[in-house]
Amino acid sequence: METILEFLVAAFLVTAGIFGIVGSYGLIKLNDQMSRLHAPTKATTLGVGGVLLASMLHAAAFEKYFSYHELMITLFLFLTAPITANFIAKVHIHREETRDTMPEAGGDDHWATHDTPEDEERRHAAQTPPEED
Amino acid sequence: MIESAATFAFACFALAMLMNLWKVVTAPDVADRILALDTMFINAIALMVLYGMALGTEIFFEAAMIIAMLGFVSTVAYARFILRGNIIE
Repeated sequence: METILEFLVAAFLVTAGIFGIVGSYGLIKLNDQMSRLHAPTKATTLGVGGVLLASMLHAAAFEKYFSYHELMITLFLFLTAPITANFIAKVHIHREETRDTMPEAGGDDHWATHDTPEDEERRHAAQTPPEED
Repeated sequence: MIESAATFAFACFALAMLMNLWKVVTAPDVADRILALDTMFINAIALMVLYGMALGTEIFFEAAMIIAMLGFVSTVAYARFILRGNIIE
């Protein structure tokens, strides 16, 4: 039993290390900025998840206490990684793309990141009904 | 077995952090720098959890939690500043 748990913890650690290094190597290696976004946000998050799982298992099996902090960190990281990726993609749209290079925005005439203050005012005026006297 | 696996993971995350640092210095655009900094935060969390595991204490988990929150907030603040020129409107 002890050996199986030890092997499991070691396997989680090795997998986590490989995922972590792949994520950061992808950040250097990939050519396009939006391809580069994939490597750290997915691989590195999974790597940290592996470390946290290994730590939890290690605490339960060898230190004889149940530790739930790791679950909090994992949950927080898995919640915030997509938000971060979304914000960085928005920065890319803001700085590198124009309205003409973007694909169709469905029902709207452009993507929200390209909104100017005039657009916002126009939309606000169209949504609020005219005041009655 | 766990010792050598932990050493391997330490080496991997340390090397990953060095690569991120390289990217922060040489990145062509500000979006890449934000991304590299965010990845550095995540790798720092992993290193901290590994260190706590190696020492057998729980004390590093609070620090890792705080680093996770600071990393998220600072990344969003950077991105907001680039997008709107303002962080809290």
